[in-house]
Amino acid sequence: MDSIVIEALVRALAVGTPLLLACLGAILNERAGVVNLGVEGMMAVGALAAFAVASKSPDASLWAAVGAAMLAGAALSLLHAFATVTLRANQFVSGLALALIGTGAAGLLGKKFEGLPLFNKVPDWTLGGFTISPFTVAALILAGLLAFWLTATRGGLTLRSVGENPAAADVLGVNVGLTRVLAVLGGGALAGLAGAFLSLSYRSSWADNMTNGLGWIAVALVIFVGWRPLRAIAGALFFGFLYYLQFRLQGNSNVPTEVFSAMPFILVLVVLALAGVRGQAGDAPAALGRAYVRGER
Amino acid sequence: MTAPSAARTALVTVASVVVALLICALVFVFAGQSPAEVYGTMLRGTLGDPTGLAEVGRRTIPLLLIGTGLALAFRAQFFNIGAEGQLLLGAVFAAGTALFLPVPGALLIPAVFVAGFVGGGLWALVAAALRRVNVNEILSTLMLNYIAVALVTYLIAGPWKGKDVRGYIYTDNFPQGAWLPTFSGTQVHWPTLLLGVALALGLQWLLTRSTFGYALRVVGENPGAAHYAGLSSTRVATLVALLTGGLAGLAGAGEVAGIHHRLLEASQISLGYGFTAVIVAWLARGNPALCLITAPLMGVILAGGDLLKIDLNLPFRVVDIFSGVILLCLIASEVFVRHRVQWGRA
Repeated sequence: MDSIVIEALVRALAVGTPLLLACLGAILNERAGVVNLGVEGMMAVGALAAFAVASKSPDASLWAAVGAAMLAGAALSLLHAFATVTLRANQFVSGLALALIGTGAAGLLGKKFEGLPLFNKVPDWTLGGFTISPFTVAALILAGLLAFWLTATRGGLTLRSVGENPAAADVLGVNVGLTRVLAVLGGGALAGLAGAFLSLSYRSSWADNMTNGLGWIAVALVIFVGWRPLRAIAGALFFGFLYYLQFRLQGNSNVPTEVFSAMPFILVLVVLALAGVRGQAGDAPAALGRAYVRGER
Repeated sequence: MTAPSAARTALVTVASVVVALLICALVFVFAGQSPAEVYGTMLRGTLGDPTGLAEVGRRTIPLLLIGTGLALAFRAQFFNIGAEGQLLLGAVFAAGTALFLPVPGALLIPAVFVAGFVGGGLWALVAAALRRVNVNEILSTLMLNYIAVALVTYLIAGPWKGKDVRGYIYTDNFPQGAWLPTFSGTQVHWPTLLLGVALALGLQWLLTRSTFGYALRVVGENPGAAHYAGLSSTRVATLVALLTGGLAGLAGAGEVAGIHHRLLEASQISLGYGFTAVIVAWLARGNPALCLITAPLMGVILAGGDLLKIDLNLPFRVVDIFSGVILLCLIASEVFVRHRVQWGRA
């Protein structure tokens, strides 16, 4: 009995890892006041960049592959930072454009990698009879670090102040624009890392559309967990468990498989509605989604 | 603050599209393709011959219908990103009507269109209802897209699977009475095209000349003022959702009744019309009538993307790059519409 519970937990953690990583990234930039809906795209280029580096040769450095993924995600997010922070464009539309560009570019540039094997997948660790990906451990540690950094350090306070009241932060000498750009870049790097997990560890291959909506779920998860990194662990675990159930029940029941493939998306709607009814939108950073223009209210 | 002149807006819009196409050229260089060859292939095969023009026309129809509806939605600040799913629901309702409802012959085609409108409209209303409990409609409409795809797959592989088809998953053919007439030798189903043109002009009138259009614009541009004027923003959002979803549903009905004559896999019904139409609406800057120009433009890109797949063996997703880059350049150029750039120090 216990082992089944632990197995479910371990599996849910594995599927929840990309959600957690991407969600932490989105929390980072949203706490600084910038919404980035482009997670799906940044994840896709991250997955591709990691795979491109790792599949070059059997002894290619996996660290380099992970680094490439984070760089690719950050590079794409730089477009968003430039458009929304420097040019003050609409954050929602820019993020949507980013998602299109990212998935499109990954599809175009990744065509030659489709179906290729990966010889050096990131090795799983064994803990007490269960395997766990280093990415999962890293994601859990990152969640703790981000929670600590946001609440207990000067840097975190600065970042939050930019998201809550940029005008006040500006008066105190904080460089609002720079802080927001860095937060967006950090969010992009984490989304890229989530992609690296998919192509180097979870699937250990590359396929077009392999992110399959995970990026969008991660964006929704941010609202569900109330912009808190530690709660994001629980949120990612919940959706990870859902995917695990889908995997376990598929074919073993009379329920059509399409019900399972639609389930995560239906549940996102349900949890968002619940969060809305509970008035959780009030937890959002006060200046979320709004460009900062000095001297303008 | 005076509104920027129409000429200036047009200039900046055209310039940003040009910049976007240049950026896409860079992406092609990076992917090891010659931009001249890519753009040459796209232009030759679309505007260069009658077959190509017909392909552009075929793709313009759904883009026009959806873009028109989205233009209205964006003016009301209802960010409907789920036209893709609404199109699919329109296709499902249209197919259900054509296949299973005992509608007399002459009424069958109108019934198919009405069903499409209802299907798409209802799907968008889900997002409008969720917005009342503060669920962001961008996220909800996106999630509804994925759910719509699953629904279509379920229907064509399960209860609606055709009797005459074995290994494939699609429904039986619609009765001939539900097939839309086309211009001979093409797949341009003209009744849907006519509907699109009429709706683009009609909604432009609605937006600029009617009380509802006024309410819609006030709610979109200044929700605070709308509240004090006693305009209900939820009512506007609900009606806008019904219209924008309904128009996407009409597009879905047109695709299945005009081209495929059956319900089939989601990726074959829509070639990403829902997302491309976002650019159509944004290029038209929220004017339904201007979609008459911008829809064929994006139609060229969609038809061209098909040629890139066939002739240059590129994945169809390149279309997403075009859409994304154009959209990004458009919103980034907004600052040049509102402000003048002065070089050097004043």
